[in-house]
Amino acid sequence: MGTMDEGILREFLSESLENAERVEQELVALEREPGDLKRIGTLFRAVHSIKGTCGFFGFTKLAAVTHAGENLLGRLRSGERAHTPEVANALLALVDAVRAILARINATQEEGDETYEPLIARLNQLDAGEPDVAPEPAAPVENSELAAPVESSESAAPVESSVRVDVHLLDRLMNLVGELVLARNQLLLEVASGNAVDLPATAQRLNHVTTDLQEQVMKTRMQAIGNLWSKLPRLTRDVAASCGKSVRLDLEGAETELDRSIIEAMRDPITHLVRNAIDHGIESPAERTAKGKPAEGRLLLRAFHEGGKVHVEITDDGAGLPLDRIRERALQQQLISAERAPHMSDRDLANVIFLPGFSTAERVTSVSGRGVGMDVVRNNVERIGGAIEVESRPGQGMAVRIRIPLTLAIVPALIVTAGGERYAIPQVNLTELIRVEAAEAAIRLPVAFDAPVLRYRDGLLPLLDLREVLRVPGFPSTERQNEATSIAVVHADGVTLGLVVDSIVASQEIVVKPLIEQLRQIAVFAGATILGDGAVALILDVPGLARHAGISVRSGGAPLPVQKLVPDSPSVPLRTIVLCHAGARWTVAIPQEQIARLEEIPRRLVERIGERAMVQYRGGILPLVSLGAILDLSGSAKSADAEWLGDRDPLAVVVHDHGGRSLGLVVESIVEIVEERMAVTASPGARAGFAGAVVVRGSVTELLDLERLLGSSAIGRDFVPAHAGKGA
Amino acid sequence: MAEVRLLCTFQVADHLLGLDIAFVQEVLRRQQITRLPLSSPAVRGIINLRGHIVPAVDLRCCLDLPAAVSGEDRATIVVRGREDAAASLLVDEIGDVVQVTESSRERAPETVHGIARQLIHGVFPLHDRLLLELELGEVLRVAYA
Repeated sequence: MGTMDEGILREFLSESLENAERVEQELVALEREPGDLKRIGTLFRAVHSIKGTCGFFGFTKLAAVTHAGENLLGRLRSGERAHTPEVANALLALVDAVRAILARINATQEEGDETYEPLIARLNQLDAGEPDVAPEPAAPVENSELAAPVESSESAAPVESSVRVDVHLLDRLMNLVGELVLARNQLLLEVASGNAVDLPATAQRLNHVTTDLQEQVMKTRMQAIGNLWSKLPRLTRDVAASCGKSVRLDLEGAETELDRSIIEAMRDPITHLVRNAIDHGIESPAERTAKGKPAEGRLLLRAFHEGGKVHVEITDDGAGLPLDRIRERALQQQLISAERAPHMSDRDLANVIFLPGFSTAERVTSVSGRGVGMDVVRNNVERIGGAIEVESRPGQGMAVRIRIPLTLAIVPALIVTAGGERYAIPQVNLTELIRVEAAEAAIRLPVAFDAPVLRYRDGLLPLLDLREVLRVPGFPSTERQNEATSIAVVHADGVTLGLVVDSIVASQEIVVKPLIEQLRQIAVFAGATILGDGAVALILDVPGLARHAGISVRSGGAPLPVQKLVPDSPSVPLRTIVLCHAGARWTVAIPQEQIARLEEIPRRLVERIGERAMVQYRGGILPLVSLGAILDLSGSAKSADAEWLGDRDPLAVVVHDHGGRSLGLVVESIVEIVEERMAVTASPGARAGFAGAVVVRGSVTELLDLERLLGSSAIGRDFVPAHAGKGA
Repeated sequence: MAEVRLLCTFQVADHLLGLDIAFVQEVLRRQQITRLPLSSPAVRGIINLRGHIVPAVDLRCCLDLPAAVSGEDRATIVVRGREDAAASLLVDEIGDVVQVTESSRERAPETVHGIARQLIHGVFPLHDRLLLELELGEVLRVAYA
């Protein structure tokens, strides 16, 4: 065997595995439509072709097993034998045997010593028309993925190491590479001759070619999710049989394409969810009939593209989640607090199943009670930048929705600096950015037993100083005391924490490069990326970082959606407010009724007369004032307009109508518009121009009263009373 | 017949070291190094080698030599072991490629102590000085440990 051409053997392995897979799919399908001669024909040919090729290689044991199967299939084809469950079980056992032998050949180039005599005897018996002697005919076939996930993934190995690429795609790639070479030659020539005139054009061409090339190469990595789903009919059949349930599996959108690496990463979570749905979700036929449902349960997998992501939904029409039981268990296991439990919505409660350590012990069975909890499923999904949520309707079933990115290779990230080096934080882990001014630091950043925390929304977040975690030389230093603190609030694995960084640089798409194996033991990095200037930046692994710092779910943060401080009661009026940053990331709320419009105005349209700035707007003139300056955040209302307008372009402008005239209030940025029931409370030490404080999204925010504010401020008076007077 | 091999030589502190050219992928000027926090002290950081992230190994640190002051380690050798991913070694100066015969290889003298002894595959006496051949696998193992 040693002299055998590796290539031919490899081809044989991958072809035979494909055939084995086809046999499996057809067998499961055949159980639904027992008389389908076309399927039996396909089955026969697939088994025959494995047998034929293995003869050529001298794999006699494989030949013997497939030969017995081929005989039985021949009887099926001629109609002499019916496709009974015993026949299906025996033939599925054959598929498993073929896979096991192929795996052994792949590993050792030998087919091993096992002869599979019992299986051959069983096949021959069925072939001869005798009843199957295999124990428990209805039981799932031993050796399937169900019982031996390790072996099945091993047997799949030869296929995973190669992909099929459309020849046209390959041609296009070659063309693009040709273009790339030409562009490079041109660039080198221009650089050598010092010809700077054509450089921008060449750079642009290089840019185009690279973008196209990137897109096309990504296409070669794309695979239909159907590749992953092809194993599910068999899995469903076996799991359903072992739990004594009857389940019909429907697959929609199998052609939806995803990056190979993501397909691989989704294999375990999806398998687990399907198992769970059948084992726990769908009731036994008797129960279902008693509830007036069809005896056969339905499991639907749907995949589709939406919003640049791939959505996968796993829906069953079973019993749904026992929410009361979940609440009880979560309380017992101290995963949620007693105060919170009664206020949790059904949705929040359903998502408790994703918390680490959660289990409803009464429900452990041989199929899903393997210690692989839903938290592992969630971790797997989140590791590839996805999100997962569950929706349950008691008595009607539940749906698990997964959103995953198309590719792992390029991810949006935030670049921050710590100790002069740049680091990337994947956007999927990012909740928000917070800047705490030095003056506020004493209040917002208290210290509890040497552990710094951040007052965040209505709770406290553990704070981690990136410079300290990464042991930046010379940290801590005492010099930076009087500067503002930049904090990136990040979350992963159900933990939320604040990362203190030197500065926040930019948000950009980064190409993820793995670190070599020897460096991967440093668990706080997920890889590295190369920035525009050619320098390397490390990508932070937020879960790793949290673990490294010893922050676990139970001790840390506010992992669950923040509880509403003000209950939904009609006595509290529903208000719509606009949240914006006035000046240095200080958030204020403006009642919507005081706002005429929100505009973005390009900076170049701003005209100046003396110290005043204005723009032509809707056939008139709109004076611009900085909200920050009115609130006197910068300390000097009279500062040059370049300063008070900030350095943003376009300017974010809140248009306020006052006495028939409009005034543009320039803010740093408009955060969001919130409609919530909120009570206005007088805030202690309220300044002029503030109506009080409201709780928005769980955090206390000052509510502006523009009328009063403009009346009380120098700049406001400057503009408003004059015009108001005219209008009156 | 004596087996002839080619060694790529380089200077680190006052030692002339060599590596079989089979392991040497390329020789570069000093590259911009990004610090890799929490790594072993011998890994100075990582560099961008045409889009590949390659660790930068401080040979002085591996060999227990005094740390470089004011950028003495001006050159970078990109190496690749038989199975291993690429790594780059920071050295002071690149030397010539030297032809050696296997029969002239001697063991590291007993007076070489400590970690350095493990990392030296053999010593070739040249006419004016000693050329110490490094055992690349060991060097990287020590560096990543």
